[in-house]
Amino acid sequence: MSYISTLFPAYAEIFLLCMIGVIMIADLLLPSQTRTVTYLLTQVTLLGCSLITVATHVNGVEYLFTNMFVDDLMSDVLKLLTYLAVSMMLVYSRSYLIVRGLFTGEFLSLTLTSTLGMMVMISASNLVTLYIGLEVLALSMYALVALQRDSSVATESAMKYFILGAMASGFLLYGMSMIYGGTGSLDVRTISSVIQAGQGNDMLLVFGLAFLVAGLAFKLGAVPFHMWVPDVYHGAPTAMTLFIGSAPKLAAFAFVMRILVESLQPLMIHWAGMLAVLAVLSMGVGNITAIAQTNIKRMFAYSTIAHMGFLLLGVLSGSLDGYSSAMFYAVIYVLMTLGGFGMIMLLSREGFEADNLNDFKGLNQRSPWLAFMMLLLMFSMAGVPPTVGFYAKFAVLNAALQAGHLPLVIAAVIFSLIGAFYYLRIVKLMYFYAPESHEKVYMQPDSTLLISINGLAVLMLGIMPNTLMAICAASVQQSLLLP
Amino acid sequence: MIFGYPLLSVVIWLPIIFGVLVLATGNDRNAPLARIIALVGAVLSFLVTLPLYTDFDRMTSAMQFVEMKNWITQFNIHYHLGVDGISMLLILLNAFFTVIVVIAGWKVIEKRVAQYMACFLVMSGLINGVFAALDAVLFYVFWEAMLIPMFLIIGVWGGPNRVYAALKFFLYTLLGSLLMLVALLYLYFQSGSFEILDYHQLPLGMTAQILIFIAFFMAFAVKVPMFPVHTWLPDAHVEAPTGGSVVLAAIMLKVGAYGFLRFSMPIAPDASHELAWLMVTLSLIAVVYIGLVALTQSDMKKLVAYSSISHMGFVTLGMFIFNAYGMEGALLQMISHGFVSGALFLCIGVMYDRVHSRQIVDYGGVANTMPVFAAFFMLFAMANSGLPGTSGFVGEFMVILGAVKVNFWYGFAAATTLVFGAAYTLWMYKRVVFGAIANDHVRHLHDIGAREKLVMAVLAITVLVMGLYPLPLSEIMHASVNDLLVHMARSKI
Repeated sequence: MSYISTLFPAYAEIFLLCMIGVIMIADLLLPSQTRTVTYLLTQVTLLGCSLITVATHVNGVEYLFTNMFVDDLMSDVLKLLTYLAVSMMLVYSRSYLIVRGLFTGEFLSLTLTSTLGMMVMISASNLVTLYIGLEVLALSMYALVALQRDSSVATESAMKYFILGAMASGFLLYGMSMIYGGTGSLDVRTISSVIQAGQGNDMLLVFGLAFLVAGLAFKLGAVPFHMWVPDVYHGAPTAMTLFIGSAPKLAAFAFVMRILVESLQPLMIHWAGMLAVLAVLSMGVGNITAIAQTNIKRMFAYSTIAHMGFLLLGVLSGSLDGYSSAMFYAVIYVLMTLGGFGMIMLLSREGFEADNLNDFKGLNQRSPWLAFMMLLLMFSMAGVPPTVGFYAKFAVLNAALQAGHLPLVIAAVIFSLIGAFYYLRIVKLMYFYAPESHEKVYMQPDSTLLISINGLAVLMLGIMPNTLMAICAASVQQSLLLP
Repeated sequence: MIFGYPLLSVVIWLPIIFGVLVLATGNDRNAPLARIIALVGAVLSFLVTLPLYTDFDRMTSAMQFVEMKNWITQFNIHYHLGVDGISMLLILLNAFFTVIVVIAGWKVIEKRVAQYMACFLVMSGLINGVFAALDAVLFYVFWEAMLIPMFLIIGVWGGPNRVYAALKFFLYTLLGSLLMLVALLYLYFQSGSFEILDYHQLPLGMTAQILIFIAFFMAFAVKVPMFPVHTWLPDAHVEAPTGGSVVLAAIMLKVGAYGFLRFSMPIAPDASHELAWLMVTLSLIAVVYIGLVALTQSDMKKLVAYSSISHMGFVTLGMFIFNAYGMEGALLQMISHGFVSGALFLCIGVMYDRVHSRQIVDYGGVANTMPVFAAFFMLFAMANSGLPGTSGFVGEFMVILGAVKVNFWYGFAAATTLVFGAAYTLWMYKRVVFGAIANDHVRHLHDIGAREKLVMAVLAITVLVMGLYPLPLSEIMHASVNDLLVHMARSKI
């Protein structure tokens, strides 16, 4: 068997890396009017990646590169969803970016490099691999946010994003070095078994853990490490906001799983408490501050913070149910965020950003269909059945209650009630008020089709959530129970 | 299953499918088509509920027309439907009122007709789902989902202060519902199942029962609504369009009372007994105090809204005195109040469509210009004040009878409603309908047309028949009520 064929679990990553090179070169050679070619090539690349991921899927867990890289059901599922999210992001943002002159080759190749970063993160089984993946993702993201060079707001938010992101990476590295010092290993499974055997240095480990959790909280945007989120979401071009807010959260979920659960599960008693504080603060601050926002991108930023609190609530339950509910939550969150920001871009025109709450006034009279899709998305974010957002919250609350966190559950319930208020406000603006301008909404055929699929998916998954829930449960189960 | 098709699923999904069809007719250019599809949908949806009545086995208290399928296997959640003597009647009531509402909104609603009709049809299906669901999560999904169309109905087609009222309505109800969700999750934790019928048999300690009872109480008391969480109702009623008020009064309030019967009482019987004093007190406050509040209202819709709260106080009173008179009286009162308050809101709607005012002072002498209408209005006003021979009397009388058996003073306090109810209803009627013609608006009124007459006549006949011969109704609920009372008498600790 040749060396190449032993690499099959990483074929998707290798293919993507080659294609990034191809796309970069092709973009240099092709005139800028034919950017559609590279755009389509990017989409084809993502499609190719998904085919490869499906084709190289094997039952069980495969390790590669001396246990640096892992391929299991969870990584495959998360990668497929990542491709999907990135591809949807590209469809939503194409016309938005063309109008603003941002639809460049760099945009496409940076999108793909960040996708590569996410894939590495998802498949990492060593702290170094995790870190490399994270940095590939983060550096591409900084560049994407700064892509709009002539906008001072975007540049400022790129700067903030970069500085705070770098600091978070520093935290993570510091924490990782402590863990290495405490256990003598960087391998996720080895760390776990060393601690389990009681051979680790507890003080060092907990010290390192605190830094790791702080770094993770930075990346997720959990309170009190959330300051960058609203500014970056607000300042970045909406396409980039959509990107930051969507697929990377799947990778971040994988990151939490690999570090906290797979390697530091024995320290759960310590990290569960830290996460509980983060979760309650995130839900509280996120939901309450969101009420005061008039800019919808800022509002979504705070709502993301609140959603991350919910996700952490699932993780800290510390059971299979809890992890699978957190994964389900992450997937659903990504789906809703794509739709929400997609709608902002759909309503934006040349020289006009539909990112003010008032821009949604009377949408029902301008375009009943879009208003209905937004209604579904908003009710889903608020967690009102029959939309799928309810089941995401339901699964998380159930897991937390089973784990005996009744006070946290009650807090979560109260904060979701507060959260419902500002989601309802958007519905209220769309349906109960007259529009400020009667200008017809220009509906791009591709993004209109996608938003319809997106909105209806939120409803259909809400009526039949069984399959997706089962997939999440199976993925988590497989990657945790097998040695 | 009956005739080889799943009857309850049809009852739930047929109106929803028609709702989507109506929505598909698009904008107001196709309004006539939307109206016709809506009417066909509503009538068909009513007709398919009739086998529930004709094929109902009156001898058993077990669930009938049961359907059961796996839904979310991971959490052991099923698509489980079934009705007993309590829920079946409420489904019929709901399906009936959907027809009424579609007809009542025929001409009045002119903007976004398709959306209006679709909201009511979808909501009708969802409410049927609430009454038929035997799985707690399924119940919860229907329960929450029905808020969405109502939220839109109040907010889009309502009065001047509609936005405030819609938000208040939604958030109030959501608060209660979320606490109920926590209780349901706890019950799942205890029993490993989301079957409502399993919960009925689940042994629970006193503390757990009391906490569960309070969580359910928050959800259902808001819906009923009981004093002191009733304040959303007058706002919602006043701002909602006529159809919205009718459905709110006739159906939505019953959902709360139904919740007490299906969840609170059988799941936490000991806590129900323990906290009965609280429930009785709150009910009596609603009956007496809210009755007095109704007396001072100058807005007709507000007056009927307060009268609804007062009448629903009778329902909760009847339930929490734990005897057959009280319970059956409460159920009859629920059905009767559905018809009577629905009819009163329609009457007010008829006047509002012509004069565009709900203030009592803007009327006077309506009988001179609208004699037919005045006659119908009179009948419904009498029924609302509990005149013997109308449906309003039967339920109230039975509840008072039951209350006296438990404690004379309960019965005494409840009986004051016969005075206050008559006072506020008839006084309003007198000021609006009798006397000399008060102003030009009233002078130019034209009497109700054929469409309105039809609606009023159907309601009037029902109110009279129920008042004179309530046996067919009480016979259906008999087995289920007895079973519930026997169940309630056994301790679960």
